[in-house]
Amino acid sequence: MLSIIQQSKFLKLMIVILTIIVLVFSIGLSVSLGAADIHLSIIWQAVFNFNDNVTSHQVIQELRLPRALAAVMTGAFLAVSGAVMQGLTRNSLASPSIMGVTNGAAFALVLVMAFYPAVSNFGMTLASFAGAGVTVILIFMIGSISPGGLTPVKLALAGVAIGTLLSSLSSVIALHFQLEKQLGFWMAGGLAGTDWASIQVLLISGAVGMLIALMISKSMTVLNLGEDVAAGLGQNNIVIKIMGIITVLLLTGAAVSVAGAIGFIGLIIPHMTRFIMGTDYRWIIPVSALFGALLLVLSDVVSRLINAPYETPVGAITSLIGVPFFLYLARGSSGGDKK
Amino acid sequence: MNKHKTSSFTGVMVLLILLIVVMFFVTLGTGVINISPQEVIRTLLGSGTDRQELVLFEFRLPRIVLALLIGTGLAVSGAILQSITQNDLAEPGILGINTGAGFAVVLFIFFLQDSIGSVFSVLIMPLFALLGALLAALLIYVLAWKNGVNPIRLVLVGIGINAGFSAALVILQLKMNPQDFRQATVWLSGDIWNANWTFVLALLPWILILVPYALQKSNTLNVLNFGDDIAEGLGSKVESDRRVLLIIAVALAGASVAAGGAIAFLGLVVPHITRRIIGPLHQYTIPISALMGGLLLMVSDTIGKNLLTPMEIPVGIVVAILSTPYFIYLLIREK
Repeated sequence: MLSIIQQSKFLKLMIVILTIIVLVFSIGLSVSLGAADIHLSIIWQAVFNFNDNVTSHQVIQELRLPRALAAVMTGAFLAVSGAVMQGLTRNSLASPSIMGVTNGAAFALVLVMAFYPAVSNFGMTLASFAGAGVTVILIFMIGSISPGGLTPVKLALAGVAIGTLLSSLSSVIALHFQLEKQLGFWMAGGLAGTDWASIQVLLISGAVGMLIALMISKSMTVLNLGEDVAAGLGQNNIVIKIMGIITVLLLTGAAVSVAGAIGFIGLIIPHMTRFIMGTDYRWIIPVSALFGALLLVLSDVVSRLINAPYETPVGAITSLIGVPFFLYLARGSSGGDKK
Repeated sequence: MNKHKTSSFTGVMVLLILLIVVMFFVTLGTGVINISPQEVIRTLLGSGTDRQELVLFEFRLPRIVLALLIGTGLAVSGAILQSITQNDLAEPGILGINTGAGFAVVLFIFFLQDSIGSVFSVLIMPLFALLGALLAALLIYVLAWKNGVNPIRLVLVGIGINAGFSAALVILQLKMNPQDFRQATVWLSGDIWNANWTFVLALLPWILILVPYALQKSNTLNVLNFGDDIAEGLGSKVESDRRVLLIIAVALAGASVAAGGAIAFLGLVVPHITRRIIGPLHQYTIPISALMGGLLLMVSDTIGKNLLTPMEIPVGIVVAILSTPYFIYLLIREK
């Protein structure tokens, strides 16, 4: 069955269209569910025939819609980051949360909040970009100076260690400057506070990131045949890798700065996508984006319903879904060797 | 074994005990109220002021003793785990055993605390933590089992279990009332500020029984450390030995976590440094790890208590900042 899908362009397109339809419905669901349930027809009106005087229209425009859109983009970006990381390192465990990238962004945020309290939202976004970037580079450095290279287990452990170190330092700074509350709020990972300004950040850096990801998707497929083969085919692997790292930075930075720490989406989704769509990254990248968006929109809905009227951090929900999958992958890895 | 190692063993032991004694007095004397060493000694001998006696005997002394015990428990647990998994990076924190214990304790705070008296609940908490730790260990062992337990698979599965328990903890915590929530949060970040003699009494028997038992099993650990093939060749019942020692390590970690919260990385770093100083024989590494673990935790707690006064940094955070750079260094060196 799966091999039929992988060989048929038509079936692949059908999956894409089907996912888009389900995604649109999930967004509708996400917008309609909440403290005040809103009927779908009113959502339609609020979007296409907005009336300033109707409260539910305002709720939709100011709260629910940006939140749902943020979920769509964050999910898509984290999934694509994961796909690109896994493609570049040929490491099945590579993904933003495993590698402590979110802790790096949090650390930079806390530094900025402590030393430049007057910072704007845009400044905070920049800081989280920088933090995520430095962490990615640190982990790749650890991988490249150690003799065995970036084995899955080493990557996972380096991520745990750097993540723990950075989050501990963040806690100390937060304690000293009395920022625990802000930090805790951010670390819990959630989409509750998203507004149209955060959507703009997501849109701009996300568009660039996704564009580069699509541009290098063909080269990543070739890269997966092995670096030597790719080089033999005339491909400049260094350029591809640098472009890939830039993609990861843009996408993870944007996602993390808006939604905080949301784990495991970047790990699970690319695996699922590869399982269904095969090894061609020209399909993996866009379909990962769709699947990631769908997963996060649904997780966000669950996070609001599971303990209503209180919200459960959506990061906890994605972890609970992701952990069994991680265990499955861990069982499959027989050792430090790349497979 | 050889005479040189034995004499350096004695030397290291004496040095560590000296350091512990010195740090003991420094720690007793420092805090929001400073008490000079002479006054500390005078108070210990029973002729201090009421105020000094209260501060020393009711607040600082139990906290120091508890830090020593917890550090000992975690370090010995780490030493055992590293040998039986033949993995230098194994440790109760990374493997998710701490979080498992934490999960059980938080469940306990959530459901049962109010129905059990407070002193009794302190004594019974280690048992719950132990159950949680055992559950985590069992899960890891079963999930990592695939024609035997591969050390790397064990560590990866541990990381997964850790993440799972953490997520479950977050969800559980959010269902708590504010007071329980605070208690659970402080406790989870690895903190011993709430120390009192009841906690000491609850932990002491675990350490006094299990550490000597582990020491007595030194030869088995030495053999297991060689790897499964050689161990079997030497006649060791590898799997059953491994199971018994795993339970000891888990019990030590569980009891320590019940008293001190989730303190990670201490159990990893201390045995490493110990082996570097004294070599791989467990007759030497277990006692030295025990002392060094206690010392490290006591010092970390003093740093955490005094660095940002009047704010306290949870000791788990201090330990993480001190030891993760060393862990990363180990990771880089490893093939």
